[in-house]
Amino acid sequence: MEEINIQEMDSEEILELMQEDLYDGYKEEIIAEVKELLDRGMPPYEILTEGLVAGMDIVGVDFRDGILFVPEVLMSAKAMKGGMNVLRPLLAESDAPKQGVVVIGTVKGDIHDIGKNLVAMMLEGAGYEVINIGINNDVESYLEAIEEHQPDILGMSALLTTTMPYMRTVIEALKEEGLRDDLVVLVGGAPLNDAFAEDIQADAYCRDAAVAVDTANKFMKIKRGS
Amino acid sequence: MSALNQLLGASKPILLDGAMGTMLMDAGLESGDPPEEWNLIHPERILEVHRQYIQAGSQVILTNSFGGTSYRLAMHNLQDQVGELNRAAAQLARTEADQAPHLVLVAGSMGPTGQLLEPVGELVFEDAVEAFAEQASGLAAGGVDLFWIETMSDLGEVRAAVEGIRRVSDLPISATLSFDTHKHTMMGVDPLQAVESLEALDLALLGANCGTGSDELIEIIQLMATADPDLPLVAKANAGVPQVEAGEVVYNGTPEVMADYAVRVYQQGARLIGGCCGSTPDHIRAMAEAFNQTD
Repeated sequence: MEEINIQEMDSEEILELMQEDLYDGYKEEIIAEVKELLDRGMPPYEILTEGLVAGMDIVGVDFRDGILFVPEVLMSAKAMKGGMNVLRPLLAESDAPKQGVVVIGTVKGDIHDIGKNLVAMMLEGAGYEVINIGINNDVESYLEAIEEHQPDILGMSALLTTTMPYMRTVIEALKEEGLRDDLVVLVGGAPLNDAFAEDIQADAYCRDAAVAVDTANKFMKIKRGS
Repeated sequence: MSALNQLLGASKPILLDGAMGTMLMDAGLESGDPPEEWNLIHPERILEVHRQYIQAGSQVILTNSFGGTSYRLAMHNLQDQVGELNRAAAQLARTEADQAPHLVLVAGSMGPTGQLLEPVGELVFEDAVEAFAEQASGLAAGGVDLFWIETMSDLGEVRAAVEGIRRVSDLPISATLSFDTHKHTMMGVDPLQAVESLEALDLALLGANCGTGSDELIEIIQLMATADPDLPLVAKANAGVPQVEAGEVVYNGTPEVMADYAVRVYQQGARLIGGCCGSTPDHIRAMAEAFNQTD
């Protein structure tokens, strides 16, 4: 196989190659490409948006359309994370715009975190700061995380018919604490649907990780008033 | 002749049961609490669900052990009671099956660990095998007639479950996947791949359960039947999709809808037919009546 030498490519070509390598889940290649572009003086935010976010957009669309499935998307997300780990400290130093802050976790009694992690990684790939609080979260642990991180968005996930009603419990608690109106609450998980989200007074149900990113972007636009 | 072969011997549809989890929520299980714990603290409620399904006509009932691997029980700090909870699950179903007026088989339900296998996830194959072996050992001790691997999305995890069971038992095994993502499993397995791959395993039955409603499940079974499996096919569809009425989660598939599904999925090649999430004894009774009418 012909060895690709990224040093001989122009930066535009490397950004395009990054999209292909993200699609294929090539983590080491992504890290090398991010470093190469940084060496050439490309601003970290440009690498993030033109390389990683643009690449994950394509992955998200093909996931939504049933061309890619969870294993492929997780490998893409891992590659994206590899690149993000290089960029994150640099982005924090720079005055690059942040999309928003998200606290995300699976509800009490539910161990499932595959879809939720995917959403977390895709949101991170789309430029959000994501605090992933894991599985089996009761009301207190959601409230603690909200207090500590002051998120714009709360994401909740449940995969079982026996755990999805717990989302309502959390939303009721948010109301009691006077926090509900400051937060965009997005919910997801296989047994859910729009009607359920509406009934428990979440802001939206997100069918998959790609939809979650689109929905988050939409609500952040409204929140910023643009 | 195994009890399963006795059932399969008659050239008729075999009626399974409906949901356990949603039935237990109706009986007071709080959202987020582990259904398996009720095998020990509320055994009478589990017996009641089994009894209702048998009275409705179920010929195979599933034990209340879907989340009974150490991985899932750990969330509730019950990981040290895998053997006890699974044995109790099997004993409760056994008790009702043995008192039934017709032949009823007890199938030991085994759901996914909730973890992803390497390299996509962190779960080591051998650890998964051991977890399933531990669960199967409890179910076998409680007297199941067969094992029932269900709602799987990863073929590797099915292999781990089969391997785990075979370390402790020679009883027949059924495996069903949940095709809930564009007619694939979450992990991207389509019905044809599933048949090809699962037929190589030591299974007695294979099929589909849960997913996104009965119409799509009928299509999945049709595809599996087209692949001409040597094994009898299992269909266990949800009673429609969840909706919220007066604050409660209810499924929109009526008993009539499920009776219609049962007849149609039988015509498409399923041999063992029942319901998944949202299905109640009323749904199973309607299915039994529909089969009697088409005899």
